[in-house]
Amino acid sequence: MSEIKLEHLVKKYGDGFAAVNDVSLDIRDGEFMILVGPSGCGKSTLLRMVVGLEDITSGDLHINGERVNDKAPRDRNLAMVFQNYALYPHLSVYENIAFPLRLQRSRHPEPEIDEMVRRAAGLLELEEHLERKPANLSGGQRQRVAMGRALVRDADAFLFDEPLSNLDAKLRGQMRTEIARIQRRLGTTTIYVTHDQTEAMTLGDRVAVLRRGILQQCASPRELYEQPVNLFVAGFIGSPPMNFLPGRVEGDVLHLPIGDVPLPEAARAAATGHDLLIAGIRPELFEDASVLDRSRQAGGVLVDLDIDVTEWLGNELYAYVPYEPDPAVRAKLDELDRDLDGEGMRTQLVVSLDAQSRVRDGDRARLWFDPARMHLFDPESGVTLTRDEEVAARLDAENEDLRQGSLERARRAADRAVPA
Amino acid sequence: MDRQLSTRAKVGWALGGLAILVYALFPVAWIVSLSLKAPSDLSNQQFLPTRFSLENYREIFTGNASELFLSALRNSVGICLIATFISVVLAMFAAYAIARLEFPGKRLILSTALAVAIFPVISIVTPLFNLWRQIGLYDTWPGLIIPYLSLTLPISIWTLSAFFREIPWEMEQAAQVDGATNWQAFRKVIVPLAAPGVFTTAIISFFIAWNDFVYGISLTSTERARPVPAALAFFTGSSQFELPTGAISAAAVIVTIPVVVLILLFQRRIVAGLTNGAVKG
Ligand SMILES: Nc1ncnc2c1ncn2[C@@H]1O[C@H](COP(=O)(O)OP(=O)(O)O)[C@@H](O)[C@H]1O
Ligand SMILES: [Mg+2]
Repeated sequence: MSEIKLEHLVKKYGDGFAAVNDVSLDIRDGEFMILVGPSGCGKSTLLRMVVGLEDITSGDLHINGERVNDKAPRDRNLAMVFQNYALYPHLSVYENIAFPLRLQRSRHPEPEIDEMVRRAAGLLELEEHLERKPANLSGGQRQRVAMGRALVRDADAFLFDEPLSNLDAKLRGQMRTEIARIQRRLGTTTIYVTHDQTEAMTLGDRVAVLRRGILQQCASPRELYEQPVNLFVAGFIGSPPMNFLPGRVEGDVLHLPIGDVPLPEAARAAATGHDLLIAGIRPELFEDASVLDRSRQAGGVLVDLDIDVTEWLGNELYAYVPYEPDPAVRAKLDELDRDLDGEGMRTQLVVSLDAQSRVRDGDRARLWFDPARMHLFDPESGVTLTRDEEVAARLDAENEDLRQGSLERARRAADRAVPA
Repeated sequence: MDRQLSTRAKVGWALGGLAILVYALFPVAWIVSLSLKAPSDLSNQQFLPTRFSLENYREIFTGNASELFLSALRNSVGICLIATFISVVLAMFAAYAIARLEFPGKRLILSTALAVAIFPVISIVTPLFNLWRQIGLYDTWPGLIIPYLSLTLPISIWTLSAFFREIPWEMEQAAQVDGATNWQAFRKVIVPLAAPGVFTTAIISFFIAWNDFVYGISLTSTERARPVPAALAFFTGSSQFELPTGAISAAAVIVTIPVVVLILLFQRRIVAGLTNGAVKG
């Protein structure tokens, strides 16, 4: 059992810069928590504060109900995998993994150490490499040794700092599933830092999105995707990213650069008092009208667009439609782009269509989408106006149920595997 | 075309290397040959001895010159080892601070060390001579160890801080998270990683002290503290009509041997240590 509680944590570096600013998180027992955000947003700093390598400027950190702000790393009983693995180059793989155990020699006799190291090595398929030195291993193997060193002892929680960022894309995918499998199996509380939203979405029970040291939203992947609290979260989560279009409100109609759409029932209340809104439409909400079921067309609107470039990927087709943004929201969208590590590229709409679609570069295509699933944002504050708290709460509860269920299953499976 | 050029280049390099080798090794070969000549052969104007004789070696180890030579050898070894040890320990602390900590005056320390290193030794010998005589350090071991530190410390600090900068300090943090105390992290992780650098530095320091002549000759007067390079100048022939050339050559060969052996044994380490600052691993 281990719960980690962050209460108003602040980290100010020597120059007075607040790398982490008033972050509160409640990480539950056995939970896989992701810290995600663009580079430089303070994820690593926050993780290092939890593990004890960085002093806490203000706020409290509790592990299992005990305040640990002033405890040395070794007294916090957390295991960490570093971004560049930090393997000990002068020790063999075996000794690297055994290192944490040897430091508590009083508690482990030699045969027990051997058994624990071999069990960890077995879990990570490192048995053949135990006698080798880290310098002679491939990137993926080193990564697994680093994980072995973390798994081998009975730590209260695992902390990962971008553990997959040094691997190539294929290996990254494999290791990602491997980490998910091991975490489920051991049911150990885990905090995982990444800048990659795919990793965040696939691994996390819950995901905490950070921007410039400030926590934006902490929720299940599904809630982040469907009910983001603001422009930043909406733009960060999802790939390809959400399209942001300026929209002028006129009665019940919203004028978008791609055409006029009726304001959906639910959004009307939110839109009152605003002339100008930012509309967020995910690429996959668009469909090619010519291959869409007649029955589905009823609920949505049709827009005719000039397609600039298409990319056919086999399972889907991306089409790009450039447009001129409204100068009134230009500044806001540029700022958002910078926050998201964007390149300040041309403003264009990205749509993801069925792979059956015959739309090609230069075509004028008729696309369909359902405005009811569109998000609307306040152009000044960036707050989501269409967020439905009830739905969000339901998603949250559902997510927690599912998590408890799978943790329960994993624990039962583990009990069966190791009869008491 | 490519191949031809590279063959020609190879031959050129080989010839160039050979020329340098001959140029550098010829005096060494000459001394070795001199040391093996019998006294009657010494000025026969031939490169090789007509008859190989170990008489010169006998002379310095058991003969007339032995008193001078053996005590000088003992002085040299003792003084150089102590100077090396002190300089490496001090340089380790300094380099650790320079590599790990941000503090005002960091650049000042490094540039002062460099300034000391290039300061001409000969200009401080006379004042030192007077000072040492006044405070009783003249012709003692500490009287040489202290000036030797001024030779070895700057280079030790520079080599070690270049080396320490390359140590991935995240490793120390990893060890702490793994459950090590600060001291355990230092001893089990940092020391093994730093050892090659410390070792290289120690060898370089030792040679610098070992090769010194100016301090050795100026700050000593008897065999109490006189090191080998200085002692060579005091060798006399067996009679006043004989030059001590043979004995000097033999002694020179003997003091070169540790240098050559150490270099050969630790060639790789030294090269790795020296290039460590320049090449990122
Ligand atoms: N030792 C330090 N001194 C001063 N500023 C730092 C230090 N370490 C990190 N920072 C700053 O804190 C911010 C957050 O850094 P970090 O936590 O490493 O970001 P992330 O891991 O999200 O990329 C960055 O702007 C960085 O420049
Ligand atoms: Mg980071």
